[in-house]
Amino acid sequence: MPSIPASADVTAAAPVLSVRDLVVEFPTTDGVVSAVNGVGFDLAAGETLAILGESGSGKSVTAQAVMGLIERPGRVVGGSVAFEGVDLLAASSEDRRRVRGSGLAMVFQDPLSALNPVWSVGFQIAEMFRVHRGLSRREARRRAVELLERVRIPGAAQRVGEYPHQFSGGMRQRVMIAMALALDPTVLIADEPTTALDVTVQAQILELLDDLRAETGMGLLLITHDLGVVAETADRVAVMYAGRIVETGPTDAVLSAPAHPYTEGLLASVPRGQSGREERLRPIAGAPPSLARIPPGCPFHPRCPYVIERCRSERPPLALLGHEPGAVSDLGTDRPAFSARSVPRSGEPPIDRSPPDPAGVGWEPAGIGPESASADRNPAEDAQKPAGDRQGAGDRQGAGDRQAAGDRQAACWRSGEVGRGDG
Amino acid sequence: MRRLLQVIPVFFGATFLIFALVYAVPGDPIDALAGDRPVTPAVRAELRHRYHLDDPLFVRYGKYLQGLSHGDFGTNFRGRPVAEIMRQRFPVTIRLGLLAFLFEAVVGLAAGVVAGLRRRSLVDSLVLVSTTVVVAVPVFVLGYCAQLLLGVKLGWFPVVGIREGWRSYFLPAVVLGSLSLCYVARLARASLMEAMRADYVRTARAKGLSERRVVGVHALRNSLIPVVTFLGVDLGSLMAGAIVTEGIFNLPGIGQATFNAVHTQEYPTVVGVVTALVLIFILANLLVDVLYAVLDPRIRYR
Repeated sequence: MPSIPASADVTAAAPVLSVRDLVVEFPTTDGVVSAVNGVGFDLAAGETLAILGESGSGKSVTAQAVMGLIERPGRVVGGSVAFEGVDLLAASSEDRRRVRGSGLAMVFQDPLSALNPVWSVGFQIAEMFRVHRGLSRREARRRAVELLERVRIPGAAQRVGEYPHQFSGGMRQRVMIAMALALDPTVLIADEPTTALDVTVQAQILELLDDLRAETGMGLLLITHDLGVVAETADRVAVMYAGRIVETGPTDAVLSAPAHPYTEGLLASVPRGQSGREERLRPIAGAPPSLARIPPGCPFHPRCPYVIERCRSERPPLALLGHEPGAVSDLGTDRPAFSARSVPRSGEPPIDRSPPDPAGVGWEPAGIGPESASADRNPAEDAQKPAGDRQGAGDRQGAGDRQAAGDRQAACWRSGEVGRGDG
Repeated sequence: MRRLLQVIPVFFGATFLIFALVYAVPGDPIDALAGDRPVTPAVRAELRHRYHLDDPLFVRYGKYLQGLSHGDFGTNFRGRPVAEIMRQRFPVTIRLGLLAFLFEAVVGLAAGVVAGLRRRSLVDSLVLVSTTVVVAVPVFVLGYCAQLLLGVKLGWFPVVGIREGWRSYFLPAVVLGSLSLCYVARLARASLMEAMRADYVRTARAKGLSERRVVGVHALRNSLIPVVTFLGVDLGSLMAGAIVTEGIFNLPGIGQATFNAVHTQEYPTVVGVVTALVLIFILANLLVDVLYAVLDPRIRYR
């Protein structure tokens, strides 16, 4: 795989977490399955990177592999996970253990099952201080109360002795977050942190995570299947399909002008919520492939509206997507226009969200009310932008656009050559 | 508190049931008492009256409960107070039962935990196979084998009786506890394996805790809950199992006394012993409920 120097990266500082060519395999009755197949990405301090994908795309396995939580018989068979310059995959299990919790922390999807039902939340949070820092019982307890206050749990001092089942779903997830933040981790991995929660609570939890990230300067790796969550919180997004990253770039860029037909399909399948307009959701036809039977050629080809004969037998050549060395994917497709935009010149701010991009514009983040939209973006204003502005996903698939398909698939293959030339 | 109230119907139901069963058993206890000798009608009538044998079932049950309320278990047909028999016999059975209980709890849990942590390892297979074998073999076969091998051939333990103090209880206790031990081991194994797959164990790992702490603090306590339930219920069945074991090892315990009493149709003794066993069983269950609440806060705060 070609790689481009890190200097080309948007992040000026060295990434705190750098994943390369990660491969995770699980033996099954159908043979060995690669749940994650050559995934790579960088995460800088203070940055939010979202990994977006359907169930079974390998996003959660990626997160667990980074944490070192892959359980037998699953195995990380290749790649590297560099945390603050140290390859965790090569480190001793004792060293890894020390990094877990203190350097790399994780928040899970379902806070009820992720918290131990037989210990009080105070005990479970205080445990971090007692085990990693050797604090006394009382001191650890005091710090636990502080943390509960920090994640805005009312009456923290009284509730510290209560058990997980006595908390509501949102409060439980706050407890999880408090526990993860206990030792000021450099990177927080949140694996579908809002999926198990009520819609109204989802926004609060995302806001909390975002605030805490801003306060502490930690890197946030957000695993999600929810485009709304991505648009809401992520600086950059990496889209996964069938165990690979198929596209990555600044959130606005990817959402406004998706390069990969899969990303485009994802965007088209989200309700836009524009008032006064009849619209139909356009789901991506078919289902994600079983990882035991990933189609030959481009894994997305059975579902791709732009598929050509060549895609069935051959993967499009390596395309450099976005700007990330690790994100190189041999499934990738890219349009020249996107390449040009998503590889910023040096000197540009790391994360470019400023252009009045019609990106997330018309479409409402799924499941999140408009009131939760970030302050710097005005949904009302966005909505007024003419729909014609958008050369984006959904519109393209109109009946009249069918002829565009010809250009599109050609672009898939052409861009690969472009990408290779650049690299 | 509600649990305490539930105890009442359990107690009356169980004692009445045994009372009715004994009542329904064919045969005349007076004949059994007299053996081959003839009994004059006058003596027979006197005895029947003394033991309320002519009263209807409910009246007899009522009189029995009346006596029980001030600690009177009645007298057997030879005029010996049942309470005295029990005082004499129970200590032996309690020693046997406690030792068996200790054996099954400690060894069973240890085997289950080791097997549960090392799934599909040699230890795991060994535990699975050996527990299956023990469960499949009847207790008396096991008892005679133990007697023959450890008692007679190797001479490590006394074969029968209680003349050598605690040592003489060892073999019967192992035999008595062995069946339940297998269930404890298998239950602990399955329960721990389930806990080890739980999300909260993954969380504990993600917190950077040592494996020992992950297992000892986070997985074990959860997996103990079903095991404790089983152990509590089993305390009662250990007492019942003592009948066979005491027979094999010729221990003068309550089991043996009950067995003999059934043979000689000494129903006051049978009823008395069963009543005492029911009480023990109820107490054990109450204890389990308390322990349950200690282990699982979800039950405590309902």
